[in-house]
Amino acid sequence: MSELQVPVLPQNSSVHPSAPRAPEPRGGRLPLWFKGFAPLILLAALVVLFLEVGPVGVFRQSFPPVEELTIERIRLPAYGVMEVQIVNGGPEAVTVAQVMVDDANWVHQVNGSRIIERLERRTITIPYPWVEGEPHAVSLVTRTGLTFTGEVAVATLSPSVDTRYLTTFALLGVYAGVIPVFIGLLWLPFVRAIGRRWIDFFLSLTIGLLVFLGADALVEALETSRLVAGAFQGASLVLLGVVGTPLVLAALGRWRGTRQERTPLQVAGLIALGIGLHNLGEGLAIGASYATGEIALGTFLVIGFLLHNTTEGLGIVTPLADQRPRLRSLVLLGALAGVPTVIGAWLGGFTYSPLWTTLFFSIGVGAIIAVVYELYRLFSRRASAGLTTPLNTAGLLLGMMIMYATGLLVPA
Amino acid sequence: MARKRDLVDQSMTRRNLLKAGALGTVGAAAAGTVLALPGLGQSPGNQAGQASHHDMMTVGHLSPGSFDPNAFLTHFDAGLVSELPSGQVLREYEFIAEDREIEVAPGVFYPAWTYNGQVPGPTIRCTEGDRIRVRFINRGSHSHSIHFHGMHPSNMDGAFEPVNPGRSFVYEFNAEPFGLHLYHCHTVPIKRHIHKGLYGAFIVDPKAGRPPAREMVMVMNGFDTNFDNENEVYAVNTVAFHYQKYPIRIRQGELVRIYVVNVTEFDLLNSFHIHGNLFRLYRTGTDLTRYEWTDVVALCQGERAVLEFTYNHPGPFMFHAHQSEFAELGWSGVFLVEAPHV
Repeated sequence: MSELQVPVLPQNSSVHPSAPRAPEPRGGRLPLWFKGFAPLILLAALVVLFLEVGPVGVFRQSFPPVEELTIERIRLPAYGVMEVQIVNGGPEAVTVAQVMVDDANWVHQVNGSRIIERLERRTITIPYPWVEGEPHAVSLVTRTGLTFTGEVAVATLSPSVDTRYLTTFALLGVYAGVIPVFIGLLWLPFVRAIGRRWIDFFLSLTIGLLVFLGADALVEALETSRLVAGAFQGASLVLLGVVGTPLVLAALGRWRGTRQERTPLQVAGLIALGIGLHNLGEGLAIGASYATGEIALGTFLVIGFLLHNTTEGLGIVTPLADQRPRLRSLVLLGALAGVPTVIGAWLGGFTYSPLWTTLFFSIGVGAIIAVVYELYRLFSRRASAGLTTPLNTAGLLLGMMIMYATGLLVPA
Repeated sequence: MARKRDLVDQSMTRRNLLKAGALGTVGAAAAGTVLALPGLGQSPGNQAGQASHHDMMTVGHLSPGSFDPNAFLTHFDAGLVSELPSGQVLREYEFIAEDREIEVAPGVFYPAWTYNGQVPGPTIRCTEGDRIRVRFINRGSHSHSIHFHGMHPSNMDGAFEPVNPGRSFVYEFNAEPFGLHLYHCHTVPIKRHIHKGLYGAFIVDPKAGRPPAREMVMVMNGFDTNFDNENEVYAVNTVAFHYQKYPIRIRQGELVRIYVVNVTEFDLLNSFHIHGNLFRLYRTGTDLTRYEWTDVVALCQGERAVLEFTYNHPGPFMFHAHQSEFAELGWSGVFLVEAPHV
C-alpha cells in the first residue's frame, strides 16, 4: 500500500508548482480558522434566530409538554423529616405543584422556585413522621397532574458525614475490598512454586474471573443507567465508558513510548486498575444500599464479599508467577484494586448519584476489557497452544464458576 | 455555572414572590380569613410523630379567577322562571359543554370537560311539578349529553342521543319526584365522561318545602390527574382541602342542611362524616321522614342524601370522608361554629 503511494506523491506535488506552505488558490484567501469555524458560526446564528423568532410550523407544540422528573434520592436526615433530591432530566421545565407522601397531601418546602428548568436540581423538605423500618412512597404532583414517585425501601435515619459513619463505611470498604484482595495476593508463593502448565491454568482462570466481573459490572452499569435522568443519557454513558476506557488505556501505553509488549508487572498493574475501578462502582452501590436501608450489613454479606473478592487478588498475582516483585509493588497493586471500594462506599453512602455509579461501573467494564486483552496477549506469548487446551479451557470456565458460586453469597 | 444558576434562581424567586403576594391577597379576599389554629404555617422542623392536620395539606393558593368552591357551596340555580298557560312553572336553563383546564388543587391543573365552564356543573334547584327546559349546546371536542336522574320520558333520558360537537339538544320534562337527584353525561366511555367533570346536583324541593335552614350543596368528586384509573385528588366541590383552608362558617344552634351527591369515579364508595355531632339522614331526599341518626353515611356513585344537623358547641369541627385515604388526598373540611353575638 505505502509502496504504491510513494511514487504518486511527488507527481501530485509537481502538478501544483506553489510551495507546500503557500495557500492553495482554490481555497480562496480566507484564513484557516474561518474555514474551520464557518459551519459552527452559521449553526450558532440559526440557533439564535430560532430562539428569537420562536418555534414555527411543525415545531409549534399543539400537545402538552412531556414532563420528566427524576427522584435521585430520598434522605431521612432526622426523625420526622424527609428530604427528596430531584432533577429535571426532561425536555421542558416542570412545575412541582404538590407533594404526596403515602397517598396523603403533605406540606413541604422547595429550596428554590417550584418551576424547575431543564437539568436543574431541587431539594424538597417534608415534615413527615416516617416510621422506622417501614417503606414509604413520595409522589410529586406537577402542574399538569402527572405524578413522579420515589420509594424508601426501609425507612432508617440517613447517615450524615461524621467520624462514626466515615469509620463505618471505611470498614465496609476494607472488609468488602481491601482485605480480600490482599489475602488473594498471598497466593504469590503458590503460583511461583507450581509448574508452567499450571501457571497457564491459573492465568486462564484469571481471565475467566475477569470476564465474569466485566459482565457483572456491565449489568450493573446498565441497571443503574436506567435510574439516570433522561437528559443525561445513561445508556450512552455506558457506551462511553466501555469503549472509551480501553482506547484511552491503549493510547496511554503508546504515549509512554513502550511499543514493545507490556511487562508482566504492567499487566498486573492494569489488572489491579481494572479491578479497582470495578470495586469503586461496587463500593458506591454498597454504600448507597446501606445508607438507604436496602441492605443490612450482615455477617452473610461481608463473608460473601470476602470470598467473592479474594479471587481478585489471585488474578493480580498470577501474571507475576515468574517474576520477583518487590513487597512495595505488591502492596501498591493491592491498594490499587482494594482501596477504591472504601472511596466508593464513602461516596455512595453520602452522595449517591445514579449518574456517577453508572459511569464508574462502565469505566470498570472498559478497564476489564483492556485487561483481558492484555492477558490474552501475554498468554499467547507464553503458550502457543492458547486458551483452548483442555486444561486452560477448564481454568477459564472454573474462573467464571468460582465467581458465580461466590456471587451467590452476595445479594444482588 | 453555579453562579449563573444562582442568578436564575433569584429572579425566579422574586417573580414568584410577586406572584405569591398577588395570589395571597386574592385568595384571602375571596375566601375570608384563613383558619388560624396553632401550628398552621410553622410545619417543617416539628418532632417525629407530632404532625398535625395542618401538615397533611396542600400548599399554596388557587390562581385568581379559578372556580370558587365557597361560592359554589351556596349557589342554587333557579333558572329563568316563567309561567306556562297551564299555570305550570317553567324553568329554563342553558348548559354549554366546553373543554376547560380547571385547578383541582393549588397549582395542579386538570384538562376537564365541563358544563358551563365549571366542575361540578350548576346546581339546578326547582320544585316538584315544575317544567324543566334545558337547552344543551355542545361546544366541546367530543360528543356529550345530559342524563338526569328522576322520572321523565325515554327520549329525554340523554342515554341514547349523544349530542355531537357543535350541535344542541333541548331536554324538557316535569321535575319529579321531589328529592336530591343528579345529572351527568351519559356518552360512552361513560367513566371518562364522568370523571372529566360532566356532572352536577339536581334538587327538586317538595311542594310544601323543607324547614328553613342554612343550605349547602356538596358534590363528592375525585380527579385522576395522571390518567392511571386512580384518583390523585379527592374533594367535595372539586378543590382538595379547600374547606379546610377556608372553613365553612355556621352559627351555633342554627339548622344546617347539606345536599350530598357522590359522583366519585373509580372507587366503589365514598362517605361523609361529621365531627362532634350527628346528622339526620334523608336518603335521596325523597322522603320527609328521617332514615337514620348517625355521623357517617356511605354512598356509592350516583347515590345522594340530604343531611340535617345543628351544632350546640362552638369551635372548629372537621368533616371528611371516612375513607382515610380520600380524606388525606383532599376530601377534608372544617365547619367553624360561631357562638351567637351577644
